Amino acid sequence: MAQITLNNLVKTYDDGFTAVKGISLDIADGEFMILVGPSGCGKSTLLRMIVGLEDITSGDLTIDGKRVNEIPPRDRNLSMVFQNYALYPHLTVYENIAFPLRLNRSKIDKEEIDRRVREASDMLDLREHLDRKPANLSGGQRQRVAMGRAIVRQADAFLFDEPLSNLDAKLRGQMRTQIAQLQRRLRTTAVYVTHDQTEAMTLGDRVAVLKKGTLQQVASPRELYEQPVNLFVAGFIGSPSMNFLPAKVQGDKLATPIGLLAVPDKVLKAAGSRDHVILGVRPEFFEDDDFVDDSVRAHGTTFEATPRHTEWLGNEQYAYIDYEPDPSTKQLMDELARDLDQDEMPSTVVVTIDSGSRMRGGKPGKFWLDTRLVHVFDTADGSNLTRDAEAGAELTALAEEERESEISAANG
Amino acid sequence: MNALTGRQKLAWAVVAIVILLYTLWPIFSILTTSFKAPSDIGTGKFWPSTWTGENYQTIFAGSAKDLFLPALRNSIGISLISTVIAVVLATFAAYAIARLDFLGKRLVLNTALAVSIFPIISLTTPLFNLWRQIGLYDTWVGLIIPYLSLTLPIAIYTLAAYFQQIPWDLERAAQVDGATTWQAFTKVIVPLAAPGVFTTAIIAFFIAWNDFVYGISLTSTSVARPVPAALAFFTGASQFEDPTGAISAAAIVVTIPIIILVLLFQRQIVSGLTQGAVKG
Repeated sequence: MAQITLNNLVKTYDDGFTAVKGISLDIADGEFMILVGPSGCGKSTLLRMIVGLEDITSGDLTIDGKRVNEIPPRDRNLSMVFQNYALYPHLTVYENIAFPLRLNRSKIDKEEIDRRVREASDMLDLREHLDRKPANLSGGQRQRVAMGRAIVRQADAFLFDEPLSNLDAKLRGQMRTQIAQLQRRLRTTAVYVTHDQTEAMTLGDRVAVLKKGTLQQVASPRELYEQPVNLFVAGFIGSPSMNFLPAKVQGDKLATPIGLLAVPDKVLKAAGSRDHVILGVRPEFFEDDDFVDDSVRAHGTTFEATPRHTEWLGNEQYAYIDYEPDPSTKQLMDELARDLDQDEMPSTVVVTIDSGSRMRGGKPGKFWLDTRLVHVFDTADGSNLTRDAEAGAELTALAEEERESEISAANG
Repeated sequence: MNALTGRQKLAWAVVAIVILLYTLWPIFSILTTSFKAPSDIGTGKFWPSTWTGENYQTIFAGSAKDLFLPALRNSIGISLISTVIAVVLATFAAYAIARLDFLGKRLVLNTALAVSIFPIISLTTPLFNLWRQIGLYDTWVGLIIPYLSLTLPIAIYTLAAYFQQIPWDLERAAQVDGATTWQAFTKVIVPLAAPGVFTTAIIAFFIAWNDFVYGISLTSTSVARPVPAALAFFTGASQFEDPTGAISAAAIVVTIPIIILVLLFQRQIVSGLTQGAVKG
């Protein structure tokens, strides 16, 4: 049980590289906080600063109001799950889990250690593996042993450093559920570093999106998805990611490479007197015009396009529509691509359509676009011009309520 | 790796047998010589015409007893002590080199390398003079110190390579789990490095055990003279007789501890030497 507060934390390495550039974050007691961002954004460094494995160059780190900048990791009472699990290969599973307890043997007697190890191993289905060595375990089992070692100590907070990245996709899904349930049951504050946005969206009460050592936005997954603050967050959250189209105001419509789109007044108002803007549209806002329900048709606009290629996934289809890139936004798009760890922004619109659609690559078709949730971004600094902070805050407040009801449900 | 075909296996077996013969033949020859009577040695025959334990009796109970037994004691004592000191010091030094970033780290490593490639013979005369002046000449300590200069560099190098293979995160995990730096070292790092420590210890023991140059130059009596040096002082029953048989017997006797050591720690050595090859 702990409240962790980061106040303007900075980490500059000896070689002068600043990995973390002044991050402030309040992590509430019992909250599941995700640190997410592309590689090199400083998320792991930040986590190591919290646990005490990296020195803090400047700023304050407080746990339950107590400044802990100079306190060594062993006295911070935090537990950590490492990306490579860091199990002790010479010890059995039992001894691995018991390791943190044995270090202060004077305080905990043998029966208590045994009771706690068995409790933790039951929670993680490790009972029949207690006598085995880590080398003989599968990846998922090793992962669970690392979790066991973290929870056995009744630490103030759990810190996870990309704990699932070494597992295969199926196991990752299972472990994700297990971690979420465990955290709800134990009501322990958790900080979880990942570059996988599925993990970020599913696990986090709140998600902190980082880019090159700076904090972009901290919000509930839904707020990040629906009300991102800038191009970077909009592009990073969501898979397939948001489409960015160069757009120009033309009367009451937006001229884009895929056609003239009628958009709601608030979008036009947000674009204001700007010559160019970037229109951000999530793939699922599109639909094959034949499959649009009449009750929603009025909320959108239609356009004609010829997809280059379609992919059928069972529950839905992706259609890829190429367009001519606009030189005026090329620089911004290239920069965004770099920030997102990609080579370049493809000049392709990814469109999600109904799995029953007969639309195929090379054949022209009529698409419908729901314009209620589209965003426009400034071409100069990438900020979101249509962001509704109030609606966003509401979404995050809603997530907070849900978290509390989940916790009380988990502890029946 | 693919399984070997029958022909490859045969080829490997032939190569192995040739190498074994090449290395073991001289030892076998010494073994047979050690069982020959003095009159039998010059005959040029490989097998002794009559098997005799005479030479062994000479070194353990006969005329060479006063030369050989103290030397054996010296060799065992000096080699063991210098091995223990070398391994303990090298463990700490190697840990520091592998884990810590400190000023002069390169200097320490390069010095260690320089010392180990320096010809021993060029050091013996200055050491001889120095030891006589400060009273270390012909003492155990007087041999242990130069032996450390031989064993420490290689011990530091092998152990540092070993420690570098142990993932950093294990130590970080131990720290987060509540261990002090010392606890992390003794409870996590040292147990994991045990095969490396064994390997290093055996290499260090071999070096000290086999040394001849320091042994003969820095000692004068049986107080500190080790076996390799003592062998040079064996004499025959008369001045016309070579002590070949006794030397052979002594050579066989000093080989035995090495064989026992290797057999005892065989598994540790093998796992120590292959650690880098097989990850995990």
